[in-house]
Amino acid sequence: MPQDQTVQQLESEELVPPAEPHAAHDSKKVETQADLSAEIQAIGDRYAQALKNGKGPETMPRLDYSPYRSSILRHPTKSLHHADPETIELYSPAFGHQDVHALESDLTIQHNGEPQGERIIVAGRVLDGDGRPVAGQLVEIWQANASGRYIHKRDQHPAPLDPNFTGVGRCITGTDGSYSFTTIKPGAYPWKNHLNAWRPAHIHFSMFGSEFTQRIVTQMYFPGDQLFPLDPIYQSIVDQDARDRLVAQYDHELTSPEWALGYKWDIILTGSKRTWTENEAYGDAGDEE
Amino acid sequence: MSKLAPTPGQTVGPFYGYALPFTKDNELLAPGSPGSIRLQGTVYDGAGNTIPDAILEIWQPDSEGNIVQRTGSLVRDGYTFTGWGRGSVGNSGVYTFTTVNPGPTKPGAAAFISVAVFARGLMNRLFTRVYLPENEEALANDPLLSSLDPERRKTLIARRDPDGGLTWDIRLQGGDETVFLDFQQDGSLDNSVGNNQDAPA
Repeated sequence: MPQDQTVQQLESEELVPPAEPHAAHDSKKVETQADLSAEIQAIGDRYAQALKNGKGPETMPRLDYSPYRSSILRHPTKSLHHADPETIELYSPAFGHQDVHALESDLTIQHNGEPQGERIIVAGRVLDGDGRPVAGQLVEIWQANASGRYIHKRDQHPAPLDPNFTGVGRCITGTDGSYSFTTIKPGAYPWKNHLNAWRPAHIHFSMFGSEFTQRIVTQMYFPGDQLFPLDPIYQSIVDQDARDRLVAQYDHELTSPEWALGYKWDIILTGSKRTWTENEAYGDAGDEE
Repeated sequence: MSKLAPTPGQTVGPFYGYALPFTKDNELLAPGSPGSIRLQGTVYDGAGNTIPDAILEIWQPDSEGNIVQRTGSLVRDGYTFTGWGRGSVGNSGVYTFTTVNPGPTKPGAAAFISVAVFARGLMNRLFTRVYLPENEEALANDPLLSSLDPERRKTLIARRDPDGGLTWDIRLQGGDETVFLDFQQDGSLDNSVGNNQDAPA
């Protein structure tokens, strides 16, 4: 259960320093948002020029994106080596209802009381590059609480923890690739990339495809966030259309009357290379509880 | 080529530690059980420092080379080999898995484990492979390894430990940087490294 894991994690990480120390660059000068925004702008301008010159649009974040200071020593400097996926890489691990209980998709019922904050539903579909549903696969999420605090010990933001909110959920996609979580809208939170750095509200998502090469961990954002232009992690995706793919849409059809606001967000995995067979759309049979 | 543009990845961030790990996540079978080996190593950054906040996933065939399609990775029963595991590094950057030597999936093929790497500060997951060191002929004929120069090729081959386990380190950056893989057929998607023209002046 996530709660048990949390306790273990908290105990084992007492001695870990706070997240995002001023590492990787030894400058004594305090870097401001203006400094970072200038770097972000310069990279964006060069990308816009490259597009004008006929370069194709980028769809992924840049691994080499120095405005996110912790990436400076953690990105490969050699080009990724092209490889044709083989054997094991053309399959994905199988997950089923042995692995995930149906109630794990509701993050608001994991404790004795109701969590604080704005209750929301986040739902959508996991699809491959041809629009085919990814059925019977694992989706994991984690997030800050309504006040912008993670339960993780490394989070030292002095905002209140919520005894009724852990912020961890899982589900298995349906035959149509659908997933749905009930949770609390996370708050923005400060971090130490630079002075006055704030992350836009987001939910971390982890997904598997029908092939291991489709594995993705990403972050879902909420529409209209004023922090988007200021955030080096969101801006590490230099293409606006690509960035927009991480932003959920408010969906009144998904909103539950007198209960929760609905946000819709579909995930498109990188294209599937293995020949698709019809029965895969039915997910993993025979794993009933 | 795909019709729909893919959703971009993002860093796993610093706070996955209360969410992604689970009980026995790195034990593809019980430690000490027949045929079990330890796969271990250290994750380093470009300055040669260990990374304390990386998390790895491995995905592999069983010892006979069969690709297993069994559920139960998240709630392990202690007997079913599912082929998939997840392991966080500790404060010293060391990861450990208990698994089996993967078998070759075809006669004469080089046996390898597929690896996905996630870390704070790493913008998107990286894929790589770790090969068993023994079958030199198979390694020489492997399509991926034979496309690499010898110095880079070495980064994908594990060292056999005296206890029968495997040691394999990951270096995210630097002269002996691990080979990371791009599986996109059109070569246009995971093109985000080497944009040196965008380095701040």
